[in-house]
Amino acid sequence: MSFINLKDKIVQVKIVYYGPGRCGKTTNLEYINRTYRKQIASEMVSLKTHGDRTLFFDFLPFDMGQIKGYDIKIQLYTVPGQVKYNATRKLVLRGVDGIVFVADAMEKQREKNIRSLNQLHENLQSYKESIFKIPLVMQYNKVDLKEHGIPILPISVLEKDLNSRLKVPYFEASAITGYNVAATLKKIISSSVISIQKKLL
Amino acid sequence: MNYGIVSQEQLEQIDRILAEKLIKLGVDCVIIIDMAGNIITAKDNGESKYDVYSFAALAAGNFATVDAMAKLVGEQEFSLLFHKGQESNIHFSKIDDELLLISMFGRDISLGFLRLNVVDVIEKIRKVWDRK
Repeated sequence: MSFINLKDKIVQVKIVYYGPGRCGKTTNLEYINRTYRKQIASEMVSLKTHGDRTLFFDFLPFDMGQIKGYDIKIQLYTVPGQVKYNATRKLVLRGVDGIVFVADAMEKQREKNIRSLNQLHENLQSYKESIFKIPLVMQYNKVDLKEHGIPILPISVLEKDLNSRLKVPYFEASAITGYNVAATLKKIISSSVISIQKKLL
Repeated sequence: MNYGIVSQEQLEQIDRILAEKLIKLGVDCVIIIDMAGNIITAKDNGESKYDVYSFAALAAGNFATVDAMAKLVGEQEFSLLFHKGQESNIHFSKIDDELLLISMFGRDISLGFLRLNVVDVIEKIRKVWDRK
């Protein structure tokens, strides 16, 4: 649920990067933080363990400029990916406007992606949201690993596993090199803003 | 849930309540946020330079965590939270299920005095909010 301030003409949009552990959610935000420094007024907040794993969430506020006189403030969050942290994942999803599901394209992670997506579905239900209705973009991350001889899943398999029923936009990406990170972000921002507009009309 | 939009008039009323009841008292900064981490409104004494957006995200997370802990020990909720520092303190108080009032203040205000005023402010804000 975005918050719209009619007095100062500000719309706050909450976008959450969701996915299994070590799939690259934080790496997405770190790339955005580096690349769009000028549009970001404050520091990225990361709550992580000593081992550099996300403990609670990362947070990155991002100014997108104006639409029809309203300042659009995008708030990017990640969830902790590790299985044991589902309680905190759920907390971060509260009031979400749009979700990027980051899937790990490595062959050995196939099952983890599916399990994480199923859990997202359940977690959204607990807020009476539906994975079929909320703005969602798929990102198949780590495609660069193919060049290093690491077996990765073909896009057709990932699509069949994760997106056969959802049928949402998807991107092959490499968060570490930045490939399609911006494209994913742009897509989820536009879907979320359109969805908010629709709710208001 | 239909708390997504507040009218300009309501926001101005809330800002007035915050300014009169808390900022005048010497509170450095007051923020009202929702549980998703969005800022509803923020008022300060003109001197404090807090990054209110990051603050709101962290505060919502913090409050949600404490709320989950309350449930674990069989409490409905812990409706207020207080963090004490050397120079500054933070006081969190729940307005309703969706809204949280956060006050940041220095050493020159006593916690008891602040709490009395916060209770008063919350009651006034609820009245404005209910009129939606």
